[in-house]
Amino acid sequence: MRAYRLLLHVYPTSFRSEYGGEMAADFAARRRRISGPAVAALWFEAIADAASAGLGAHWDILRQDLRTTVRTLGRRPGFAVAAILVSGLGIGATTATFSITDHVLIRPLPFPDSDRLVSLWQDQSYRGYPRLELSPANYRDWIQMSTTLASAGASRGFSVNLVGGGTPERVEGAAVTADLLQTLGVHATLGRLFTADEDRAGASGTVILSTSMWRTHFGSDPNVLGHTIRLDDAPYTVIGVMPPDFTFPRREALFWVAMRLAPDDFQDRSNVFLHAIGRLKPGVTVDQARADFSRIAAELARLYPTDNQRTGATIVGLHDELSIGSRTALLALTAASACVLLIACSNLASLLLARALGRQRELAVRTALGAGRERIVRQMLTVSGVLAAAGALVGVGLAIVAVPVLATLAPDSLPIAELPNVDGRLLALVTILTAVTALGVGVGPALRAGRAGVAALRDDARAGTSSRTERLRATLVTVQVAASVALLVVSALLLRALWRVEGRDPGFQTTRVLAATTMLPMPRYEATATRWAFYQRVLTAVRQLPGVESAAYISFVPMSTDLRGGIFPVTLDGHPQDPTTTHVAGVRFVTPDFFRTMGIPLHQGRDIADADTAAAPWVAVVSESFAAQNWPGESPLGRTFDLAFHARTVVGVVGNVAVRGLERSSEPQAYLSAQQILDRYMPWFAPKDLVVKSTFEPTALAGDVRRIVHEADPDLPISNLQTLEALVGADNVPRQTQVRVLAGFAVVACLLAGLGIHGLLAFSVSLRTREIGLRMAFGADASDILGLVLRRSAVMAGAGLLAGAGVAVVAGQGIRAILAGVSPFDWIAFGSAAGLAILMAGAGSLVPAFRAVRIDPLTAIRHE
Amino acid sequence: MGRPHDDTDEASALLPLPPATFHILMAVADEPRHGYAIMQDVAARTNGAVTLSFGTLYRSIQRMLDQGLVEELRERPAEGHDDERRRYYRVTKFGIAVAKAEVRRLGELIRLARATSFAPRRT
Repeated sequence: MRAYRLLLHVYPTSFRSEYGGEMAADFAARRRRISGPAVAALWFEAIADAASAGLGAHWDILRQDLRTTVRTLGRRPGFAVAAILVSGLGIGATTATFSITDHVLIRPLPFPDSDRLVSLWQDQSYRGYPRLELSPANYRDWIQMSTTLASAGASRGFSVNLVGGGTPERVEGAAVTADLLQTLGVHATLGRLFTADEDRAGASGTVILSTSMWRTHFGSDPNVLGHTIRLDDAPYTVIGVMPPDFTFPRREALFWVAMRLAPDDFQDRSNVFLHAIGRLKPGVTVDQARADFSRIAAELARLYPTDNQRTGATIVGLHDELSIGSRTALLALTAASACVLLIACSNLASLLLARALGRQRELAVRTALGAGRERIVRQMLTVSGVLAAAGALVGVGLAIVAVPVLATLAPDSLPIAELPNVDGRLLALVTILTAVTALGVGVGPALRAGRAGVAALRDDARAGTSSRTERLRATLVTVQVAASVALLVVSALLLRALWRVEGRDPGFQTTRVLAATTMLPMPRYEATATRWAFYQRVLTAVRQLPGVESAAYISFVPMSTDLRGGIFPVTLDGHPQDPTTTHVAGVRFVTPDFFRTMGIPLHQGRDIADADTAAAPWVAVVSESFAAQNWPGESPLGRTFDLAFHARTVVGVVGNVAVRGLERSSEPQAYLSAQQILDRYMPWFAPKDLVVKSTFEPTALAGDVRRIVHEADPDLPISNLQTLEALVGADNVPRQTQVRVLAGFAVVACLLAGLGIHGLLAFSVSLRTREIGLRMAFGADASDILGLVLRRSAVMAGAGLLAGAGVAVVAGQGIRAILAGVSPFDWIAFGSAAGLAILMAGAGSLVPAFRAVRIDPLTAIRHE
Repeated sequence: MGRPHDDTDEASALLPLPPATFHILMAVADEPRHGYAIMQDVAARTNGAVTLSFGTLYRSIQRMLDQGLVEELRERPAEGHDDERRRYYRVTKFGIAVAKAEVRRLGELIRLARATSFAPRRT
């Protein structure tokens, strides 16, 4: 019989205590009347019965509880909506941010054994470049001398004009050495990878397509292998197609060609353009590789002191190839969303506590009437579960909306193909966290009600519990205030940083200037005269357009994303040559009128002119920083220096320009005449960016500019057609998104904390109605009562403020890297955050305080 | 569990009755019975074709109590019938109304079936 009683535990407790005794008696009665195999049959029947009817009984209760839950929540829709929104907000915000962070920071890269992949950089920190690309000669020597790498490969950007098949277009790709793809450990889905003889000088061109280019340009033709395509006028044979999730080195790369380095490329060790990737031998750590390459760099510095002196090696895991800024921003957002979740959970807990306290008497009555503790607990659990589930639904909606917005924060510098999605596992985890909060808070009062029984009906017992609950709620509210103050300070700091960056002078005017790229394919345009004819034709036609003030061509428009490297050593005549103190400059070739078009002030001398031909003296216009670096305190006009394979004389000085964006320091600039460049030299620097200044909104010129370029050369694609305002704005997009998201979090946190204060005070006023009434009857006036209520609010707000400021100090230190020079202790940020928090606390206390003042002493005393 | 039992709408809202519920109603139609007696009565009435399991029986009783179809006897039945470990159930007025409504429903169903070839026509 004991076995059968054990079996009865499958049924809900309430059912068992009601019918268990009779069921056991019935079972015993039947058992007595049978013997032999019939006993086994009876047991079999009993077990099957327990399984089906037991489950059914549970289901009956759940259905009943759900009905009750919907009814009780419907009776107080305000509570239900608040609880669901609060938990939804927490769940949504946290899931969305964690999804991005997981995608960018945590998940391994999509290559086999990706933790063994490292990036190899030259370290020239002494002149501000801790991560500099490698020259072909140094790359070759590094790989040959290394003892820690199993294999290695290198790549460089390779964007080309794709002609044939409609409008010519500009396509981003990469040139890679034959061993790069093997080093990454990837395979082609169609065809094959490059072989060693394909990346030699003189080899015929070969190209591997990305799935997306194969789809868009070849209609996923399975017979694409062997086709020849023309990239920048040169033929390339298609030898393979990569899988859809393969992205390297950036998301934009649509194809890969074999890099064919010529013997000449190995001459100049200061010509750095290779991005090298290595695969560590099994068991080798990144630290061991660092030691290995430091040794190699020291050895090469000894062998080639001119170019390699003071040059070290920077080895980083490929997955850590993220700027400190991106990493900090993501971590800050994650911490902020965790804050929101904390506030949401504590707010939910506070709401449920208040509700439970309000229902204490009802629970006590139900217990007194014989409702088992199990039934009450189950009922409370159902309410919490329903709230959490509804919150999760709201959270999913929120996360689906938020992830694409947040995805703009994911840097494109990592070889990760697709943009992140809402992560199901994270959603589940966060929902469970919220549900556990809700359940934890929901069950406590139920258990207490069960234990206290009828005693809970007594007033003093109630008062005791309610003061405990109030203390707990006050702590929760203080936590909320602290978290929201921390968030407010951090967003204020970031907002200040954004303003500071946006307020920086780029050195040129951004209004009413249109920029466009027309990449000139080599070798067709390798003769300087051919290019000059093209510029003349386009610029003359553009200048004749109505409303155009001026137009010019330059190698790279400032803040162009095409710009990588492009820094050259400057040799001054008459100065001693010390390679480690060599001054460097960014080189730009320009046509006349560039400075006027861009609004860059000409401080001394003259602009580059049409007359600055190859036959005339070779000249340069330099930036102020260039002049200050090379001839401090002296006039630079008439001075000569060697740059870009020729001696140049300074004829003008212009203002400094933030060529590398508002947040990075920019090297001094030397602007050279577009006509004063030897044929076939520096093709990468041939002017290709057109800038047009107009008297009206310049986007209206786009159609005309396209037509003019098409007439000058129908094979040239136009890309990056945008206003300078948009170009500079794009530089700030991640920062703006960051600030918007954080400020959003902070506002939500602030509102929630305000609601928390309001809820707690309102509740405590309603509990103390009688006490307040008595005080008023004994002569307390409105200001006394106001003081009574506001003092509590002030204590919670003050404690929260202090704690929050403490957290903010730590957080400010953590995000120093993205503060753009704003001090983490910035008093304006702290002051405005504190002001907002006090405002929020005041607003939260207003209604309860007035309610307390308007209590009628007579009614209050009679009421109880 | 008190509810107005004279409402025919409320009765028809419970139809069709689960077979176990209908059998239990028939078992307690004439006299109050305890659970085990109900089980035996159902088995006897159907010549053993229907046997209610313990779980099904008491889950049904619980639901029927909630619905007001049966009620627990406060006073013990007459001497000799009493088994003091057990609780006795009897049908309520509402239970009778529901049972009658179910009989009418089944009768109507049979009448419709007779119009087809499914059931022998009444002679």
